[in-house]
Amino acid sequence: MLVIKNLKANVEGKEILKGINLEVKAGEIHAIMGPNGSGKSTLANVLTGNENYEVTDGEVLFDGKNLLEMDPETRAREGMFLAFQYPIEIPGVSNATFLKTALNEIRKYKGLEEITPKEFLALIKEKASLLGMDDAMISRYVNVGFSGGEKKRNEILQMLMLEPKFVLLDETDSGLDIDALKIVANGVNIYKNPNTAFLVVTHYQRLLNYIVPDFVHVLYKGRIIKSGTKELALELEDKGYDWLIKEEEMEKV
Amino acid sequence: MNEIKEKMKVELSDDMKVIDDLTSSEYKWGFITDIESETAAKGLNENVIRMISSKKNEPEWMTEWRLKAYRYWLKMEEPKWPNVHYPQIDFQDISYYSAPKQKPKLNSLDEVDPELLKTFEKLGIPLEEQKILSGVAVDAVFDSVSVATTFKETLKEKGIIFCSISEAIQEHPELVKKYLGSVVPYTDNFYAALNSAVFSDGSFIYIPKGVRCPMELSTYFRINSQETGQFERTLIIADDDSYVSYLEGCTAPIRDNNQLHAAVVELIALENAEIKYSTVQNWYPGDKEGKGGIYNFVTKRGACRGNNSKISWTQVETGSAITWKYPSCILQGDNSVGEFYSVAVTNNYQQADTGTKMIHIGKNTRSTIISKGISAGRSNNSYRGLVRIGKNAVGARNFTQCDSMLMGDKCGAHTFPYIEVENDTAKVEHEATTSKVGEDQIFYLNQRGISTEDAVNMIVNGFCKEVFNELPMEFAVEAQKLLAISLEGSVG
Repeated sequence: MLVIKNLKANVEGKEILKGINLEVKAGEIHAIMGPNGSGKSTLANVLTGNENYEVTDGEVLFDGKNLLEMDPETRAREGMFLAFQYPIEIPGVSNATFLKTALNEIRKYKGLEEITPKEFLALIKEKASLLGMDDAMISRYVNVGFSGGEKKRNEILQMLMLEPKFVLLDETDSGLDIDALKIVANGVNIYKNPNTAFLVVTHYQRLLNYIVPDFVHVLYKGRIIKSGTKELALELEDKGYDWLIKEEEMEKV
Repeated sequence: MNEIKEKMKVELSDDMKVIDDLTSSEYKWGFITDIESETAAKGLNENVIRMISSKKNEPEWMTEWRLKAYRYWLKMEEPKWPNVHYPQIDFQDISYYSAPKQKPKLNSLDEVDPELLKTFEKLGIPLEEQKILSGVAVDAVFDSVSVATTFKETLKEKGIIFCSISEAIQEHPELVKKYLGSVVPYTDNFYAALNSAVFSDGSFIYIPKGVRCPMELSTYFRINSQETGQFERTLIIADDDSYVSYLEGCTAPIRDNNQLHAAVVELIALENAEIKYSTVQNWYPGDKEGKGGIYNFVTKRGACRGNNSKISWTQVETGSAITWKYPSCILQGDNSVGEFYSVAVTNNYQQADTGTKMIHIGKNTRSTIISKGISAGRSNNSYRGLVRIGKNAVGARNFTQCDSMLMGDKCGAHTFPYIEVENDTAKVEHEATTSKVGEDQIFYLNQRGISTEDAVNMIVNGFCKEVFNELPMEFAVEAQKLLAISLEGSVG
């Protein structure tokens, strides 16, 4: 589904991604782990087309199409979804207006009819209840006055509503207590299906107890230095990143 | 007195280039209706005033009133304090009267010039459809003379008078004599004096005691004659225990020369009466280089004369090269309420200096001011507001919120709040914020499949929500569309 070849990217002129190679197939869950500043969030931003990140080399194919040539909204309409690390507030715009507009843009792109207000309301209520969210949040302004946990839950609600093919979770566990974490993970597990793939960006192994990855990759200084299965995450939890980093430095020498 | 000046500059990033693009859209409603019109020669003197008065077949007292205003105006000087810049206006280079050649009386729409009706259709306000669909009675003012009035019969049954001011001068002289100039006297300011001398036409509304006007009353103004100043005069009186909601909306065709528009609006609310006055203003703002456009120098003021009365101003200002207006409330009656909800959008080289005055005189008077300024392009947007609590205004309260939004790095937002309090029991609150349309907000919406242009509209409309909520439904929809058109191409 997603093929990343030798991807290099700069932020403010500094090279952060130094040649990423990764293939994610439909139905798979991949976790990207790594210490702070390794380029995890940069990867998420580059894949979704944030203009503050400049791609300098490499190629990304999304269902065979050249992802890097698409503008951010086209990527979203093609089914690329980012659950933001820091969801943005949009004062005066209700969750319902925002999500209905987004959903209809995506439907239009797919050649589908616009959803009727009645269908939309039924759908959002159904999805919100899956996440234990109050109906009141449907009419609240997007992320305004939401607690950290509510914001993350709102991201997952958007995922359930927009039904993307490829989901990027950027540090979705940060700032969540264990109950909120379980709810968010539960949302992801409900949505998981053979046609969808996930790339879970996380600093800690904790989230991976609830969203179990098929593959774990360690990102360090803009490169994937080790790939493995979910056991690798446990090993990292146990031993930290240092041993891997040492290995990497040794190889360089 | 308290004066705060804010000047904000925000860095332009690549993402904000849409702002530049959005700001570059052309005025969509520029067209000139080809109707023969009767226009006075340029210049102003007592003979011109007598001519206007006689064209309108006015009684002697009205002519005299105009002349007094004119003589007073001659001694006045143009105000220079607003934060706007424009070349000196030559008041002798303006024609002060223009009327489409029409049959003298019209009883139905059939008698209206078909060209005129076409203009209204272009504006998206087909009278016929509007009559049927929205239940709005429209008194259409086209270049100074009222040409079509609808729903008059329904209103007549309730004793409501809704007509042109010219007609009111003929038919209801006692009301006009009593109230005209009672809120905005011709001595008030330079443009009010000029308007009093040469006013062309406008709306007159009287709601009798105990009557709740069953429909929104509406007038669409449209400047259509080249180099003809438009001097509207509107007078609305809500008698005891009555209610009326009035909508004013306008668009104007493209012109190369700047056009002066100096209207006066007076509202009077008696005991327990409520007046809601909503405006969507979209006069021609000039082109992308700042050429042309309307000078909109308006005096709007309401007096809450009776106890428990209420006046509410809601305005969405997207047009005009220069806007200079402060819809105000004089809160005389005890427990009276004044409200001002405003969205002012400036783009390209537009300048706006707008706000309100809330004058608290009676006991327990309350006022609310919500102002949203949006600046794009190279425009300048100023909020100027006065809250004055008089010494007898025991328990008076005011809440003011002034928010500015900037699009790009070449525009300016300024806030000039003046607060004068002479009574210790008063409570006055002022909040102000300045923000810019964030790239992070745009990217967030992009990431959900929403285009940048739609994202900007969504963010801006959200910013203005509190004001749009005060507008009647149909008007709110129109206002949102106007905002989208005004800011088209502003962010990238």
